[in-house]
This record gives sequence, C-alpha cells and structure tokens, in this order.
Amino acid sequence: MSKGSAEKRRIRLLAVTAALVIVLLISMVLDLSQAFIPLSLKDAFMSMIGMSDDPIVNTIVRNVNGPRVVMGCMVGAGLGVSGAVMQAVFRNPMASPYILGLSSGAAFGAALAMTIPLGTVSMLFMTPLLAFVFCVATTFLVYFISRVGGRVPTETLLLSGIAVGSLFSALVSLLTYLAGERMAGIVYWTMGNLSQNGWNNTLIVIPLILAGSLIMLTRGREMNAMMLGDAHAKDLGVDVKKVRLEMLISSSLVTAAAVAFCGVIGFVGLVVPHIIRILTGPDNKALLPLSMLGGAAFVVLCDYLSRSLFTNLGILPIGILTSLVGAPYFIYLLRRRRHEVGWN
Amino acid sequence: MELRMRIEDLRFSYRDKPVLDGITLDIIPGEVIGIIGPNGCGKTTLLKHLNRNLDPSVGRVLLNEEDIKDMHKSDIAKHVASVPQSNEIHFSFTVRDIVTMGRMPFLGKFQGESSDDVRKVDEAMLKTNILGFADRYINTMSGGERQRVIIARALAQTPEIMLLDEPTLHLDISNQFDVLELVRKLSDDDGLTVIIVSHDLPMVVRYCDRIVMLKDHKIFAVGTPEEVLTPANMKEIFNVNAVFEKDATTGQNTVRIFGSCNNRSA
Repeated sequence: MSKGSAEKRRIRLLAVTAALVIVLLISMVLDLSQAFIPLSLKDAFMSMIGMSDDPIVNTIVRNVNGPRVVMGCMVGAGLGVSGAVMQAVFRNPMASPYILGLSSGAAFGAALAMTIPLGTVSMLFMTPLLAFVFCVATTFLVYFISRVGGRVPTETLLLSGIAVGSLFSALVSLLTYLAGERMAGIVYWTMGNLSQNGWNNTLIVIPLILAGSLIMLTRGREMNAMMLGDAHAKDLGVDVKKVRLEMLISSSLVTAAAVAFCGVIGFVGLVVPHIIRILTGPDNKALLPLSMLGGAAFVVLCDYLSRSLFTNLGILPIGILTSLVGAPYFIYLLRRRRHEVGWN
Repeated sequence: MELRMRIEDLRFSYRDKPVLDGITLDIIPGEVIGIIGPNGCGKTTLLKHLNRNLDPSVGRVLLNEEDIKDMHKSDIAKHVASVPQSNEIHFSFTVRDIVTMGRMPFLGKFQGESSDDVRKVDEAMLKTNILGFADRYINTMSGGERQRVIIARALAQTPEIMLLDEPTLHLDISNQFDVLELVRKLSDDDGLTVIIVSHDLPMVVRYCDRIVMLKDHKIFAVGTPEEVLTPANMKEIFNVNAVFEKDATTGQNTVRIFGSCNNRSA
C-alpha cells in the first residue's frame, strides 16, 4: 500500500546522497588545485588519487593544500551535524552553535590566548586550547543558567545562549581594541581561516570531530521523538535529559574543535541542515549523516571560492564567504519555504 | 496480557507545595477510568507519574508488583503508552513516520524496523482508521486527525495501559465523540486499560466505567459515574448545581449541569 512511497523515499535519499558526494568531490579537486602556481584540475585530481609523479604537484596538493581541504571537510561536517542536532534537540530551527553562544565563547578563548603575551610557540598551542576550554565552559554555563527546577526549557536556553554569547562577543571586541599590534591576528581569526593548518593540526581535529559526530549519529531516532516535544519523547521511553546533555556535550566538542583551529565559520550549521531538510524531510536518521556530507561540501566549496573569486583582493577569509552565501539564502528560507523547514 | 497497575500513597511536591498528597488507587485491568477535578488539583501531575514522566517524592507506582522506579524507561513504554495533551507539530513528518515511533521502545540503537514492526504499525493505523492517509504530513492535519495519529502511535507500542491527557481539548464536538468512541472500542474489543484525565464532564461520564474525583491533591471520591457525580459532590468539587442522569432514549450516562452555585437562578 505505501510500499511505493517508501521506495520513492529510498530513491530520493540515494539521489541526494549521490549528488552531495559528487559536489563534495568536485569541490575538493577545485580547492586542491588552488595554489600560488597554476595547477590544472587534472593534475590536482591525479595527485589526489595518488597517480601523479610530479614532485612539485604532489608537494602542493598533498602537503600544502591537502591538510587544508581535509580540515575543511572535517569542520564542515562537524558544524553541519552539530547544527542539525541542536535544531532537533531544542525543537527550534534557529538553534545553532552560534545562537547558543558556543562560537563566541570559543572566540573569546582564542582572543585571550592571542592577547596575553606568551611567546610565539605557546601562543600557537594556547589558542586552540583556550578556544576549546571556553567553548565547553560556555556550553555548561548556558545550560546551568537556563535550568529551572531540574528542567531546561528551550526558551530560556536560547535566551541565555544569546545573552552569554553577547557577553563573550563584547569581551572579544574589548580584547581586540586593547590588543594593539596583535589586533590584526584576532580580527583575521574571527573571520575564519582554514589555511593556517598543516597535517599536525588536521590530525588532531579529525578524531575529535569524528568521535563527536558518531555519538550524535547514534541518536537520530531519539531526536526524531524529541522534535515532537519532550512529553512525546518521554512517553516513548526516551531519557530526554540524558540524551539532551549527551548531544550538548558532543556538539560543543565538535564545535570547539572546529573553532579552535579555524576560527568562526558562520552559517554552516544553520543553512546546511535546512537545505537537506527540504530535500529529504525531517528524519534525523538521514538528516544527520547528510548534513555532514553537505557541510563538508559547502565549506570546501566556499574555501575554493574565497581563493578564486576575487583574485585581485587576495584570499578572503572563508567566514566572510560562508556568511555572504548563507545569510541571503537563510533570509530567502525565512520568507519562502518556512513551512517545509518547520517554521510557523 | 493482563497488567495490574497500583498507585500507592503517591506524594509529590513542587517547590515545597504539595501537588499530590497521598494518592492510593488500584486500576482494574480493562477498565476505562476518568480522573476529574478542578484546575490545579493535580490530575495531570498524577498522570505523569504513571509512566515515570515524573518521579514521586514519596510513594510508588507498581506494574504487576514491580515498582516502575526500578524499570528502564523504555521498558515502561512497552506496557504503558501515553497520548499527551494535543499540541501542534511543526516538522513535516509523515503519519507513518509518527506512528512508527511507537516501536522505538522495542528497537536497539542500531536496529531497524522489522517486518513485524511494520505490521504492528499498519494494525495500529487500521484500528484508528488513518491507514488512508499514512503518507500525509502531520503538520497539514486537523486537530482531530492529529489526535488519531498520536493514539495510533500509542497503539503501536502494543501497550496494556493507555494514558490520555485532555484528549478532547481543542477538538470539534464531533471529533470529541469520535476520539472517545475509539478509545472505548479499543478497551471493549482488546481489553486495553484506559486512564483519562479530562475537564469534559459529560464525555467522561458517558465513556468511563469508573471516575476518580480529586480535590486539594487528594482523592475525594472513587466509583461509578453514578456514585461519584452526586449533586452534593458536584457542588463541593466544582461549585455547580448538577445531576447525574441516564438518558431515557439512548441509555447513555450523562450529567446535566444547571449552572454555578453562585448564580441563584440555577
């Protein structure tokens, strides 16, 4: 009877997955070919799959561009799935690492490390560490501020997220103002940047983001129930408090890892899950992995665009690109497709 | 199949104010029982304790002698299904998606739905007469249809006991009858035990076998509608002049409410 519709849904899912994989692969090749000397797409592709003998091409593709592109995939996948999870857990299509103040908290940690005179070496080490510490601390601060009698209502959670986020943003501005000659570094960092990372940093980020994302992927079914309301989820036997805390911790782990090494790359967690939801529906069992794929493709594509679009301006910070693409699209959604993405 | 629920000296306080103050009650398997009382008497809170949506400060809820406090939440959901107060659902899940969620308590973390699960979901949709719109989106449906979908989801849990919180709220009058007819039928045909919390006295009187009247966080009266809805009790609990009646033509239980006791002409 509804066998046909189940079949249709499966085909749709496969088609979307295939399309995202293709977009991701094309974006990766495009981004790998971006270098100070012109590389052809063929060179980049052959080197990527290990079929090139040209040592210069291989060095550029594998050692210079490789870690950046892999970092882009990881950061995009992590921010994409974190956004989707937060929207489900808080039953609010506006929820994202940014709205809950996580990005601002991490930005403050990083700015702090860049302002305090610690010497160059320890600064390189301290920046991601403090970003990470403050991101996780912000999560718990927001969570505990919004706790009312053992419960965490969505409204107070979002409001305290915005309040704490604003506080940290103001502190970042203060540090930037006081930083003097180091100001440029902070400003550049808050605009997002993938390229300062070699394989060392990328190899630190990969396990953090994969571990957090995998934890989130296992909870798709529970999150479907939570999207109907806490009461519904509890009635179906979901330990709502535990799942929500687990999701909050794993998404802040992932966000912290991304922000710590690459700065603030906005709108990924907001825009990507919304697009996927329009394509495949709200089922988190499909939405979460596809948001990873879509997030990776979006970030790598934006990184390519930030390098190739305005060559006379040099390389733009990627955070500017993701926001320039993301914000108008989000406004379009707000006006035109609101019912499909769960807005009233 | 037969599952006995016993509520023992249940006490619950919220910010040092008692909400439930020593509730003891045996639920008879297969009955439809209504919980009524004025606003703030604790009836919804009582319902939330019956599937561990809330934990009591004192006292316990037993399922066949086992304290539900010692049961895993998903194990409780295999026996006690709940239909929460109807609210809008803003995400475009299909009806089948929603009803399939009723199988959640039975599925492991990485386990997909089996053909047996699909069959139980189909059965639940058949019984609630929503099989025809299995592929429609929940956020395009009316309140009455949505209520049937949530009842179907509860049925997909293959429970022995079903809890309903204000099931007729926000529904058209004909939908109110349809929903309670459906629940009554499920109890009559399949032996489902149904516990309903409601404001809607005429509906409760008509469809329930027994009624629990709460006042000041305690049980004030328990019994058949005829025993409980006496003019004296109605005056005491709801401050209205009312009488219980059996309708002469249909034989249905009903309650005639004349008006507030503050109004002399009533």
